Amino acid sequence: MENIILEMRGITKTFPGVKALDSVNLKVREGEIHALVGENGAGKSTLMKVLSGVYPYGSYDGDILFNNETARFSGITDSEAKGIIIIHQELALVPLLSIAENLFLGNENLDNGVINWPKTYARTQSLLEKVGFKESPSTLLGQLGVGKQQLVEIAKALAKDVKLLILDEPTSALQENDSAKLLDLLLEFKAQGISSILITHKLNEISRVADSITVIRDGQSVSTLDCHAQAISEEDIIRDMVGRDMAHRYPTRDNASDDSHPGKMLMEVVAWNVWHPDALDRQIIHDICFHVRAGEVVGIAGLMGSGRTELAMSLFGQSYGKNIQGEVRLRGDIADLSTVPNAIKSGLAYVTEDRKELGLILEETIQINTTLANLNGVSSQGIIDENIERKVSEDYRKALNIRTPSVFQKVMNLSGGNQQKVVLSKWLYSQPDVLILDEPTRGIDVGAKFEIYSIINQLADDGKGVVMISSEMPELLGMCDRIYVMNEGRFVGELEQADASQEKIMSMIVKA
Amino acid sequence: MTTKETTSAVPAAPSVTHYLKTHVRDYGMLIALVVIMAMFEFLTDGTLMRPVNLTNLFLQNSYIIIMAIGMLLVIVAGHIDLSVGSVVGFIGALAAVMSVNYDLPTIIVVPVCLLVGLIIGGLQGYWIAYWKIPAFIVTLAGMLVFRGLTLALLEGQSVGPFPKSFQLLSTGFIPDVFGVGRPNVTALVLGILAASTIVFLAARSRAQSLKYGIQDEPFSFFLVKNALIAAAIIYLSYLLSTYRGLPNVLITMAVLIAIYTFVTNSTTIGRRIYALGGNVKAAKLSGINTERLTFLTFANMGMLAALAGLIFAARLNTATPKAGFAFELDVIAAVFIGGASMTGGVGKVIGAVIGAFIMGVMNNGMSILGIGIDWQQVIKGLVLLAAVVFDVYNKQKAR
Repeated sequence: MENIILEMRGITKTFPGVKALDSVNLKVREGEIHALVGENGAGKSTLMKVLSGVYPYGSYDGDILFNNETARFSGITDSEAKGIIIIHQELALVPLLSIAENLFLGNENLDNGVINWPKTYARTQSLLEKVGFKESPSTLLGQLGVGKQQLVEIAKALAKDVKLLILDEPTSALQENDSAKLLDLLLEFKAQGISSILITHKLNEISRVADSITVIRDGQSVSTLDCHAQAISEEDIIRDMVGRDMAHRYPTRDNASDDSHPGKMLMEVVAWNVWHPDALDRQIIHDICFHVRAGEVVGIAGLMGSGRTELAMSLFGQSYGKNIQGEVRLRGDIADLSTVPNAIKSGLAYVTEDRKELGLILEETIQINTTLANLNGVSSQGIIDENIERKVSEDYRKALNIRTPSVFQKVMNLSGGNQQKVVLSKWLYSQPDVLILDEPTRGIDVGAKFEIYSIINQLADDGKGVVMISSEMPELLGMCDRIYVMNEGRFVGELEQADASQEKIMSMIVKA
Repeated sequence: MTTKETTSAVPAAPSVTHYLKTHVRDYGMLIALVVIMAMFEFLTDGTLMRPVNLTNLFLQNSYIIIMAIGMLLVIVAGHIDLSVGSVVGFIGALAAVMSVNYDLPTIIVVPVCLLVGLIIGGLQGYWIAYWKIPAFIVTLAGMLVFRGLTLALLEGQSVGPFPKSFQLLSTGFIPDVFGVGRPNVTALVLGILAASTIVFLAARSRAQSLKYGIQDEPFSFFLVKNALIAAAIIYLSYLLSTYRGLPNVLITMAVLIAIYTFVTNSTTIGRRIYALGGNVKAAKLSGINTERLTFLTFANMGMLAALAGLIFAARLNTATPKAGFAFELDVIAAVFIGGASMTGGVGKVIGAVIGAFIMGVMNNGMSILGIGIDWQQVIKGLVLLAAVVFDVYNKQKAR
């Protein structure tokens, strides 16, 4: 067990003006699962790019020893030839090609330059079996869910005779049962002697599978923990990650103990039914009823694919689905939510799950993104007053603590947490009564999460209603007054904060 | 660490060279235009800047510039319009048939033609916006349809000449209200007025930015830049005044440039078009009626193409079946040379105008030098490629 397969010593990598890595050390033993944790921007991805040769030998300082040989990779092909395979957060697969074609893309089974299909399919079959995934090799990749695509990506790594598998946040887009399967698979690989490096934000995954942990903060390796030598609590890891003690992962809310809490009824949804936009015979949302009161944070728990996002989008200006039926009352009156502008006018805001695709205009500045949903607020007769606009966006930048020198920064230059704050600014400025937040902390680091939670609490204290959709149950349990449990397009239960637990939520989902 | 936070603050005392380096994309094409003009001025022994040639330069390029303004909006919105050349031909034909064959007065012909252009653009925009049919296909169809209709309308013949009043659209000049005639004092006065307005607006916006502490342009740079721009405008108007004064189309063009610059910079409609081109899904979820905006963008393009068609017909004084052939390529090239992004969301009206001028000056200069149409095409193609490469290179360097 004490064989070191990989040692990175004193890795220093500078970009113009920034020291991204400052003498980072990383030691991975043969056949272990090594967790690499750190806040976003701490340098994890950069370190892995150095390891895989994306930043070639010579562009960094320090040594990489792989199997006791000094490695001098000049590109990904070099590192892959040695058996170091990275699976990136964004999957590098072609949706319109089959599983078999994807598996051997760039690594085809050739006979004199011609693809040998029978061999390709046979090998695909055996690789798929190894990752425990039953599917025809000729299935198009685009027809698979994210979890299954992830498995294909891993099978692809196996096709290349992997010695060290690096997974960059593999479970960030997966729901709990797929994540669990993936982690089991890692444990299986470990039994076969394949080492892996697991980059993740989810501390429960680490405690489940990791043998040792390296924490990176601000481009430096802060600590290396051996999970077998000592008992490691999540709090220990968090403290190392953020460099400060985090007594509470979830901030407390002021109004929770008020007598008037929760306040008056803000939004009531009655018998909401939605059908699939293309397949009109498929009902996606079934008879959903729920309500949100002023000052309340209401959670919607459920697995991915349970229809949470579809529910939110269909409410918000019918952005999803066809043949939508049901009634929504806002402050007691029936609301017209037939279009997005009407929904905004009625006091509804929807912070999308995917901020880059659906929430932001990355090429534009913070200022322009902030006012986009309420341009009328900064203009008269269709003419924008840039001074007012600047003041508005500047105010939100300060209030939400968006870390950037000015509001003229393009949002694509911001970190995930700061981008999320820009999206929040945009929707706060639309002056909503009820905000629907869809996975508001996805892909952002622990410190920024805490700030987002504080903002959510502040909103509740200000008397707004918040609907929070999340795949992370601890987050819902920590933040919400009430939690609705959703499964296959239906609400299958409702829990008060005091009675809610992960077990109860899961059993409601399973028993439904 | 893929997204690193930019914490480098704006330097307290910005130096001119640093500023130029960081804003090379903003000024690159303007500098290129000046360099190209200087080069041809030298190569043609001063013919390029002769008042008569300068007047011609404006007349020759006015229709490209007018369409480039509309095309900029289309491209910023993330689409393309291939039909504009055919629309130019069709509207010219329509105007000719109305004026020459039916003797209708110009005062009726012009608005009817503009309306028809608006409807043509609207029809194409309808399919693109509400049926989500790619603009490339819809306008490719439009390109064929309106070229064919031009031929049908003209029955394969050239129709002309136009009545005097119609020709004024292109060949008319602003008369000298001061009665001097040559030099044309009105032209000079308008030039000085335009120059001072531009300087005044620039100074006002600078003062406002300074008040908010967000100005990174060094004062010396500001001074030199505005002095140069003002001097250039006054000098050009002086040159024009020594010939026949300001052509009508120049005024039309200047007014359109001013209006559309304002619309794109300072109105909610303009802002929403950029948002739509930058990320259509995010724009839609922010309550922007993306379909209607796309529709309007194409309707506007149709109207501007019609205006260009009228001016072009007036200039040739006849409508020919070949009129406007391949104009769409010059127009699209002008917009991309001017820094617009193929993927939408990026581009400026003034950039498109400069791009059009670069193409125009090169056409004109190379013709004076007697370079054949064959090599002209080659050179223009390479300039388009170089401009876009320059743009992409700067973008990558900025990251």
